[in-house]
Amino acid sequence: MGTLLRVDDLHTHFLSAGKVVKALDGISFEIREGEVFGVVGETGCGKSVTALSILRLIPFPPGRIVSGAIRFRETELLALPPDRMRAVRGKEISMIFQEPMTSLNPVFRVGEQMREVIMLHQGLGKSEALEAAVRMLERVRIPEARKVAGQYPHQLSGGMRQRVMIALELSCRPALLIADEPTTALDVTIQAQILKLLNELKREMGTSILLITHDLGVVAQMCDRVAVMYAGSIVEEAGVAAIFENPRHPYTQGLWGAIPLAHDEKPTLAVIPGAVPDLSRLPEGCKFHPRCGRRFAPCDRIRPQMTAVGDGHRVACHLYGGGEPS
Amino acid sequence: MFRYILKRLAMLIPVLFGVSLVSFSLLQIVPGDPAVLLAGEDANPDFIEAVRKEYGFDQPLTVQYVRFVSRAVQGDFGVSIRNREPVINLLKQRFAFTIQLSFLSILIAAFIGLIAGVISATRQYSIFDNLSMVGALFGISMPIFWLGLLLMLVFSVHLRWLPAGGSGELRHLILPAVALGAASAAVIARMTRASMLEVIRQDYIRTARANGLREWVVIYKHALKNAMIPVITVFGLEFGYMLGGAVLTETVFSLPGIGRLMVEGIFQRDYAVVQRLRRGPGVDDPGGRHLRAGEPADGHCVCLFRPQNPL
Amino acid sequence: MFVLVALLAPLLAPYDPNEGELGQRLKPPSAEHWLGTDALGRDILSRVIYGAQVSLQIQLVAVLIALVLGTLLGMFGGYYGGVTDNLIMRFMDILLAFPGIFLAIAIIAVLGPGLLNLMLAAGIYSVPQFARIVRGSILSLKEKEFVEAARAAGESDAAILFRYLLPNSMAPIIIQTTLRMATVLLTASGLSFLGLGVQPPRAEWGAMLSTARPYLITAPHVATFPGLAIMLVVMGFNLFGDGLRDSLDPRLKD
Repeated sequence: MGTLLRVDDLHTHFLSAGKVVKALDGISFEIREGEVFGVVGETGCGKSVTALSILRLIPFPPGRIVSGAIRFRETELLALPPDRMRAVRGKEISMIFQEPMTSLNPVFRVGEQMREVIMLHQGLGKSEALEAAVRMLERVRIPEARKVAGQYPHQLSGGMRQRVMIALELSCRPALLIADEPTTALDVTIQAQILKLLNELKREMGTSILLITHDLGVVAQMCDRVAVMYAGSIVEEAGVAAIFENPRHPYTQGLWGAIPLAHDEKPTLAVIPGAVPDLSRLPEGCKFHPRCGRRFAPCDRIRPQMTAVGDGHRVACHLYGGGEPS
Repeated sequence: MFRYILKRLAMLIPVLFGVSLVSFSLLQIVPGDPAVLLAGEDANPDFIEAVRKEYGFDQPLTVQYVRFVSRAVQGDFGVSIRNREPVINLLKQRFAFTIQLSFLSILIAAFIGLIAGVISATRQYSIFDNLSMVGALFGISMPIFWLGLLLMLVFSVHLRWLPAGGSGELRHLILPAVALGAASAAVIARMTRASMLEVIRQDYIRTARANGLREWVVIYKHALKNAMIPVITVFGLEFGYMLGGAVLTETVFSLPGIGRLMVEGIFQRDYAVVQRLRRGPGVDDPGGRHLRAGEPADGHCVCLFRPQNPL
Repeated sequence: MFVLVALLAPLLAPYDPNEGELGQRLKPPSAEHWLGTDALGRDILSRVIYGAQVSLQIQLVAVLIALVLGTLLGMFGGYYGGVTDNLIMRFMDILLAFPGIFLAIAIIAVLGPGLLNLMLAAGIYSVPQFARIVRGSILSLKEKEFVEAARAAGESDAAILFRYLLPNSMAPIIIQTTLRMATVLLTASGLSFLGLGVQPPRAEWGAMLSTARPYLITAPHVATFPGLAIMLVVMGFNLFGDGLRDSLDPRLKD
């Protein structure tokens, strides 16, 4: 499997009330062809900013990609002129958002919104594009696709709207689909259906997926590899099996400890003490050290680097010798 | 949709009834005997009595009211006491003129207001935004009649580009329309800006951008169509306001519109004219009234733009 | 600032606003007459200053009329609902059916021109706005827990209205009062301009503009300053109202 997308030392900052908020503080990862790469972490850790940075949709002002590289196939996205970047969006890389209720434009019919994007990226005529839209709606298992195409978003349920979003975003067969919490706003049963659908479509179309979520159940079900983010940095990255069986970073362990397990004999859930730090006033050294139960000498002085601890398993923690510059 | 419009129109009936009643009773309290006015101060009592009979001023008020309404419904608004011409003829010309003026004004106001509003919103806090919002503040703070005088001073007296008065041609209407439309342009610009700022933060705008649509398609198609919903309501309000503001504009520029007719009518106590005029707007501007009545969520113009309205 | 000028008018004005020297007619601004003189040789600065007095008087009285009537109507409509509400709001609709200044003109037509009638007309013209705002606010408040609690504690309707609901509706009322000061001045000066309001020779800005019209070409300054005065005062109230809205009611901020 070749590399589809490679993010290198990406820094995205926001300026808020005169303070610099380091939303992304030097993250690096890669997504391979045909895989589902998960990004997990608490709210505000930079997951969504990662997604928007890849599409260069960070609102400016106040946000700005300060430095780093995003290589998509052979193209450096950060160096593209705006109109070439626009041609990538929706065609090569597309994105599904968390809120299906608000992500579709309320004043345009579903078919019209899809047709617009299809016409733009595939150069089809009006009626052909509409046909393509209806076919795509059928592919995401929407019954009476033609009727739905003629409806407005408010006439559809949440689950249906998310199907429409998926159809819209996959209609130009993108190489990479970014799904930002695609099921968080949905009922549990609908969640399962949508995840199943994404899995099937991924297999049929060979699309890679960057899946952003805070739901470890979703990670287990969907992902091939996972990165754990904390306060704008990736703290651990591993294959899905390794990270569930053998989490290394204390933060990852804490996250995993916070899931209720059926066979767990502990009477209470483990909770990570403290709160996520203010991204404009990050602590010295390891960002997690104020909350870490296993901190020791170097933790409040030296920022740990990513170090390999196994096959494709990397972690940024002094416990594993992350102190030495790699 | 059809039933919805019917329902709205039905709601208009009590209001129209009230408007006619208020207009009628207002007239009754006006001091002075219309028959005397009509016949002339020094006419002999018999003649005054005859006039009173002829115009029905001797009948009980209820009878007068019923007659007034039934005639009005048939388009008969009586004869102007002053120049003995059927009021309806006078009204037609003058009203057509004022409508023309108001339309031109709202056109100018909508054009300037929408463009300024959209650009201000897309470049929030830029120089353009600041300037146009200061301009809008001037717009809503300037008295129409003073702005009219200033425009006249600059464009007619000093630059001699446009005539200060007269009517019949488009160029005669330009200055009055600008004077009349300035405040509305300001209101529309503010409203459009606020509405656009709200809309461009929405998720579906992000979706449109994430799908690679051009920025002007995102702004002028996806965002503006949503932002227009509250702005359309303002159009209705402003159009009503213009019919009122026309009184001042027409006076400043000495234009033969309905506003001037009304003021003249008041000064000359020309009953039939004033009576009709006062209820005029209620009848002739049902759309404007309903929007003005502050039901933006379901005003019928609005529903065309907002598909989620249950019809 | 405007209020201060209005109160101190007799001290500030360099000349008697109604005393003209016919030898000094239509003089442009000079050291002697800062803003020049009008068609009767009266000092425009003095007249503008005295005009502030008249304007303030009109604004205060008219807004007070609208505030009291509108607030009461809105409170009763919103609180009692049903038929009361319907009657009141339909009546307000009828008033609103007269576009803009028409209603004020209609009232003047009945009462006749003059300062007092002008205040009445401008006041009544603003009643529906207050009624609507207060009603909306009462409607949203009356279901709140603290009202339920007051009712459960056996408070009378009047007590609930005036001690619980009204104080909590103050923010929109205050904002509306300020903004209305601006609208009322525009309306009143417009009516005076038409000859339906304050009558000359009394110094009122709208009436001053009206008398300045014939001299627009020969003496434009006569028309400039009263209008400028109206605009600045209206702008002041608008700015103040917008500022109040932003600080009192953050939800409305754009």
